Amino acid sequence: MEDEQSFSDICGGRLALQRRYYSPSCREFCLSCPRLSLRSLTAVTCTVWLAAYGLFTLCENSMILSAAIFITLLGLLGYLHFVKIDQETLLIIDSLGIQMTSSYASGKESTTFIEMGKVKDVVINEAIYMQKVIYYLCILLKDPVEPHGISQVVPVFQSAKPRLDCLIEVYRSCQEILAHQKAASASP
Amino acid sequence: MVLKAFFPTCCASADSGLLVGRWVPEQSSAVVLAVVHFPFIPIQVKELLAQVHQAGHVGLAVLGTWCHRRQGAEERLGPFLEGLGAIFSHEPWLQLCRERTSGLWSCKATCQQGPARVKDQVMLVFYDQRQVLLSQLHPPAALPDRQAGDAAASAEGLAAVFDTVARSEALFRSDRFDEGPVRLSHWQSEGVEASILAELAKRASGPVCRLLACLLSLISAASACRVFKLRPLSFIWSKLAVCGQLGHRLEQLELVFSTQKAEKPAQLMRKANVLVSVLLDVALGLALLSWLHGKDRIGQLAEALVPVADHVAEALRHLLQWLMGAPAGLKMNRALDQVLGRFFLYHLHLWISYVHLLSPFIEHILWHVGLSACLGLTVALSTLSDIIALLTFHIYCFYVYGARLYCLKICGLSSLWRLFRGKKWNVLRQRVDSCSYDLDQLFIGTLLFTVLLFLLPTTALYYLVFTLLRLLVVAMQGLIHLLVDLVNSLPLYSLGLRLCRPYRLAAGVKFRVLEHEAGRPLRLLMQINPLPYGRVVHAYRLPSCGCHPTHSWGSLCRKLFFGELIYPWRQRGDKQD
Repeated sequence: MEDEQSFSDICGGRLALQRRYYSPSCREFCLSCPRLSLRSLTAVTCTVWLAAYGLFTLCENSMILSAAIFITLLGLLGYLHFVKIDQETLLIIDSLGIQMTSSYASGKESTTFIEMGKVKDVVINEAIYMQKVIYYLCILLKDPVEPHGISQVVPVFQSAKPRLDCLIEVYRSCQEILAHQKAASASP
Repeated sequence: MVLKAFFPTCCASADSGLLVGRWVPEQSSAVVLAVVHFPFIPIQVKELLAQVHQAGHVGLAVLGTWCHRRQGAEERLGPFLEGLGAIFSHEPWLQLCRERTSGLWSCKATCQQGPARVKDQVMLVFYDQRQVLLSQLHPPAALPDRQAGDAAASAEGLAAVFDTVARSEALFRSDRFDEGPVRLSHWQSEGVEASILAELAKRASGPVCRLLACLLSLISAASACRVFKLRPLSFIWSKLAVCGQLGHRLEQLELVFSTQKAEKPAQLMRKANVLVSVLLDVALGLALLSWLHGKDRIGQLAEALVPVADHVAEALRHLLQWLMGAPAGLKMNRALDQVLGRFFLYHLHLWISYVHLLSPFIEHILWHVGLSACLGLTVALSTLSDIIALLTFHIYCFYVYGARLYCLKICGLSSLWRLFRGKKWNVLRQRVDSCSYDLDQLFIGTLLFTVLLFLLPTTALYYLVFTLLRLLVVAMQGLIHLLVDLVNSLPLYSLGLRLCRPYRLAAGVKFRVLEHEAGRPLRLLMQINPLPYGRVVHAYRLPSCGCHPTHSWGSLCRKLFFGELIYPWRQRGDKQD
């Protein structure tokens, strides 16, 4: 079962949340961030090239222009491969674990998988971010030493940064699955 | 809990048979390792499982049945498969089924004991057996020793799957060409993986290692002999960077060629890393050697060396003349200025004469020293660092003179300042106490204090200039040391492994949901999540020479202010000055 809804992130940009219910014990949430806009790309390229042309008129060395082109290309490739995240996915599988995948604009995917035995809970937390107070979804991990303690807080959807309405949808689904898990682990 | 069945991808096209593997009750997961095909004798299957249990201390059992059939052939096999459940009783009994034409899966798990219920929620997790067998998890789960005899592995979570597959290697030793009593399907059933080169290398490595270990022990015995422990030689040995680097390489080679087998995979990786690093080092060194000795470059270098030394001395002379005048508009104390300036100028003159004396022999020295590059690029770089240190010895001397003078001045000033205020340093109590001085003591003290205070700018300026020069030389040497450290400690074999066989170094796993149809069990594909490059370097970094700066920035500034001598590159095991 699959459905798609439109939400907005903390800056007002549009986000698309795709929900897939594979089975009662497996759900996937896919948040797509806004793509790289042509306007900002053109603006940055023009600025860099104007600065390079200004330097060229000062120094009369044509290496500056080729260096500027090189830097722009490398910068763009590096940005697409290491910085720009296109899609963030959260896959929650009952009794196996929670998996978070970030897909970059160049196609690279970086995945983290947390086993269910380490997950204590999934909560929505408040944080002060510059001048705003934002909500974010995070996974609390169990402390191996102390049974009621928390060893780590892993935030989810860090680059998409959706607003509270989107987070509540995801939170509800996760809690349904975690409730199964807790019921199963409570009963032998 | 949802029942998870870990199924190897190689068995998805195998014929019908029995599922053999391990049941992990804590996570309610069944790890299927192989499929036993018909016809078989139950006793022989049980014997095989007992053999594997003995070899790897892993408790295997028959977990259920596997049925790969065409549509419509169900009626013949159905009761037969259920009858097998009576022979090999196992809780819960799995029944996996796949249709040949449509490729649709179905799965059922039944429990005989307790309330007789059929578990509907079964998840199929496919895994690549070869990759899971060959990969190592980082951080490694703390597993009990194989000799401990404890069959139940204490690995938690998904590490239990890796552990099970690793321990059941005895099960994968036979392929379908073997005439064994039981016919199995697993990742090696099409033919056991082996490589001729690897086998030859294994046979050859024994005698080669023994020979090289003998040679290396001879060399290390020779270097540890009494002659080198005598005072002047041992002092020079400890100061030269080349000797440190050679000693480090000797240690590493001894580790690689030791006749002891590596027990843990981490030790094996370390040996491989050291070997690859040494080979690369020697290759780069030989390339440098061939470049140096071609086209008479040594001669050109030797010819350029003396003029460069002259040029540096000229520059220093100009600097001293500038200091003896009115440097940067500051007015110095004439007499002290002249004394210090003349002293340093004479020292410089001595140094230049010495360099000119050596100039006929420089080419020969360089030629022989250049031969040391065949031992490795790191040795060549260490030699370069030592040559720089020797050629700038006069700058070092100037720095020491300036620092000592300045230090004495600061000590004198601080103690006389205390006298000026009527206080005294109490050595017993390590604090400043008040003290009543006689009048003549106060008079002399104040006079000396004034003299030292007004001579301070001159000494401070000389100290500043020579410290900056010394720091420049130290920075150059530091850069070379950094490069040597990089070549020494980079784990090239691990990085190459991560590049070419990413599944060998695993940070964890990742799952992908395969096509799902309503009414069919959920199918997931488990893949290895490789370790990121940064963590590979961090985990397998080789220990370097140990020549790291021993000061933090704060203590360095403090030492500079009080005129204490700084030795940024302390070798391991040196006494503190």
